[in-house]
Amino acid sequence: MLAAIGAPSIDHLFREIPAHLVKAPGSLDLPPALDEPGLIKHLHELSRKNVNMADLTCFLGAGIYDRFVPSTVGAVISRGEFLTAYTPYQPEASQGYLQTIYEFQSMVAELYGMDVANASMYDGATALAEAAIMAVGSTGRHRVAVSDAVHPHYRQVLKTYCWSMGIEVVTLPHVGGTAEDYGALDPTFACVIVQSPNFFGVIEGLAGARAQATAIGALLIVSADPISCALLKPPGEFGADIVVGEGQPMGVPMGLGGPLVGLFTCRTEHIRRIPGRIVGRTTEVHGDREGYVMTLRTREQDIRREKATSNICTNEALMALACTVYMTTLGKNGMKAVAEATVRNTQYAKAKLQEAGGKLKFSGNTFGEFVLQLPGDAVEVRDALIQKKILGGLPLGPYYPDMENCLLVAVTETRKKAQIDAYAAALKEVLA
Amino acid sequence: MNMVTKSVPKPKSIFDKSRAGRVGCNVPVCDTPEVNLAEVLGPTRSGLNLPEVAELDVMRHFVNLSHINYGIETGFYPLGSCTMKYNPRVNEATARFIGFAAIHPMQPVETLTGALELLIGVQEMLQEISGFPHMTLQPVAGAHGEMTCLMLIKAFHHANGEGEQRKMVIVPDSAHGTNPASAARCGYDVKSVPTDGTGNTDLEALTKLLAGEEGKHVAALMLTNPSTLGLFEPNIEKICEMVHAAGGQVFCDGANMNAMVGTTRPGDHGFDCMHLNLHKTFSTPHGGGGPGCGAIGLKAHLAPFLPAPVIRRDDEGKPIADHDCPQSIGRVSPFYGQFLMEVRAYTYLRAFGKEYIADISRYAVLNANYVRARLADVLPPAHDRPCMHECILTAERYKKEFGIRALDISKRLIDYGFHPPTNYFPLIVPECLMIEPTETESKETLDAFCDAMIEICREAELEPDLLHNAPTSQVVGRLDETAAVKRLDVRSKHEPTSLVVVPRLAETAAV
Repeated sequence: MLAAIGAPSIDHLFREIPAHLVKAPGSLDLPPALDEPGLIKHLHELSRKNVNMADLTCFLGAGIYDRFVPSTVGAVISRGEFLTAYTPYQPEASQGYLQTIYEFQSMVAELYGMDVANASMYDGATALAEAAIMAVGSTGRHRVAVSDAVHPHYRQVLKTYCWSMGIEVVTLPHVGGTAEDYGALDPTFACVIVQSPNFFGVIEGLAGARAQATAIGALLIVSADPISCALLKPPGEFGADIVVGEGQPMGVPMGLGGPLVGLFTCRTEHIRRIPGRIVGRTTEVHGDREGYVMTLRTREQDIRREKATSNICTNEALMALACTVYMTTLGKNGMKAVAEATVRNTQYAKAKLQEAGGKLKFSGNTFGEFVLQLPGDAVEVRDALIQKKILGGLPLGPYYPDMENCLLVAVTETRKKAQIDAYAAALKEVLA
Repeated sequence: MNMVTKSVPKPKSIFDKSRAGRVGCNVPVCDTPEVNLAEVLGPTRSGLNLPEVAELDVMRHFVNLSHINYGIETGFYPLGSCTMKYNPRVNEATARFIGFAAIHPMQPVETLTGALELLIGVQEMLQEISGFPHMTLQPVAGAHGEMTCLMLIKAFHHANGEGEQRKMVIVPDSAHGTNPASAARCGYDVKSVPTDGTGNTDLEALTKLLAGEEGKHVAALMLTNPSTLGLFEPNIEKICEMVHAAGGQVFCDGANMNAMVGTTRPGDHGFDCMHLNLHKTFSTPHGGGGPGCGAIGLKAHLAPFLPAPVIRRDDEGKPIADHDCPQSIGRVSPFYGQFLMEVRAYTYLRAFGKEYIADISRYAVLNANYVRARLADVLPPAHDRPCMHECILTAERYKKEFGIRALDISKRLIDYGFHPPTNYFPLIVPECLMIEPTETESKETLDAFCDAMIEICREAELEPDLLHNAPTSQVVGRLDETAAVKRLDVRSKHEPTSLVVVPRLAETAAV
């Protein structure tokens, strides 16, 4: 090969790098190479240093859920044709992926009750930040209002994004676990952001939020758990302008919270402001066969550069594919069953944990999650429960200083009655 | 002629396969008491227009779709600037270990010792490879990493009282589109600096941008090295000095890190920060456009502004997640970044180790120069210099003489069983073909590709319509992108399947 190139050595190919900047091969301070059995052994040992959900019964949610993943999901997303493809810039050789993305968009828009969805964002948090920036672009206003019942990490990401663009974020305090205090709103706000079910698991009154946003001419942005939308009246039917969410509950492992997948939907009138990729259906130039292409490309950074609607390029295609396989496998009936089992298990857990000495912090209707008020410090209770192999939830003190005695408890369809009973029994012992 | 015509019919939409009442898995059975849904939830939805298919339908649908999709495991994928190297399957195996896959980001950090050790392991290896003393893995993609670097730079200027004054970011005309878009995302104005005739940054133009009053407005220069022309910037140290003298910072776009792994370190070149694409350089799969996996390296003066929590070792060397970062820009993503991708990158890095890490850049550069040399007679390189990990060729002659564009050559390549290279980027090379073979391809594969390219160039002269009409081997020919925008159809308008009772589920259906 060197002869064909006309170079005496591989080193010679690097001759344009100033010599004092070149390292000799093998001179970096790195650990020694491992063979494949060695890799497996080492990584396995590392993985065993984590306490995982086979060791504990999981009642922790807070945006990442221990849900059932049908076997079809792993089988499909492991296929090399999908796993090792690039972004489908050559549509003729990428029809398979493009069709799955079109189907993903169709299903996500349907779940949220919205007109259109994009091909995915990084995660629910950045999707929310992108939605806020889209509202700023759409209204020309530079303030956004967000309920403090929105996931605290989502609000932190929102704040970081907005800080860098000079957008002011105003936080609206919750009242009794729901976003009812809209007193700070005025027509300088680009959008009102709520989450439903919110961080506390409480189902928000979206009709009220819609009315408040409309009154000041602002967009209503809702972050919603997609599983809940299989049963609840979806945000789109309340008139939300942009609905975003985290797709992880639909077929993506918890994996320490990454990779995730952001869902992003809006009304048709906003479609030219959407960040990221969108796939559309079309026909051949010289024929009548139908096919799929990436469309509305002039919004994107590789074409519009600094005038693009966002800097996002890579999205979460493979995780979106996982969601697509999940939504297809469970379908209409399975998703409703999963959502309903979630509700039943949650209602049962609420009753049992109250019997064990907890109290419900908020009175509103909930989906899949609720705040349990304890007689003592929630961190201590959580740690004591872990000793009994139960991951009991998230202590809320670090996020809400007045909730040091509160635990956010999640109950998915994967929990069984016996596990909930065991949690209640353990809690009773811990509180005794 | 080895053209293949696919006999696979294009799969129907999943919605067309839907039949009322079918479910694609054994749905979890609920054993807690029934509830009145309307009572405990409030307003419920009426319809839910999702597919209803059996498990076999699901698998056939997606397997058939995979058959009409090209990936690295299908064949050679020389997409320039994307580093489409083989993604070792052992990475997939380790990422699926339950101790990695079934852990929750908000479980107590004391129960995540292995995860923190792994994250620090990735950070430390990337620090050594990139030459930056600090690293965060919170950014989840390349553009996200660029943006995070600019946020750190912004916070740095603010802390020095120059935040209001430094409003401008300089970006070369050859840069990826994400660079100017990320700058705009951070509220910066973008100025372009041209590339000179040899393919280097135009130092005279840069001097002007940095001089006098205007120089005081410069927040940063974003530079891709090796450039998107596949060339190493020989003046890199001088460029960094010039920007620093004007009070600006220099960001390295690490998209082309594959040319440098184990051979040279951007941290030594004078850069203040850089992003790495673990999905390019460190073999985490591209997944059809994501997940990406970003990481950013930085010098000490930017470290106080790192996104919280900072994953580091405490004084005793124990891994911790440090939330006590008063000057932090805040979170850029909700948890620890793309953890399961970090597991893959860690596996990859440990497989190469100290002994073999430099092979990555050495063979990547060898392969690119080999392709460049073999194709030089038909498709001349844009610059007469050794290339790094990718070569940029121009098809200008074919356009002038035969009306054949780079796009036509690319589409014809599909008929020969290869994925096309990148076209029309960088924007400054006419009829550009950007070929990045990567280090994981054999000489036999490169020769087969070059033979096909030479044959296609011959066809361009003798049978140009073969190229104009390509591809003809796929389930569809060239698609009408203009019509896609005009008759916008981004969502299926299928009719819902009529409601049929499913025995086990219907017992507790919504009231």
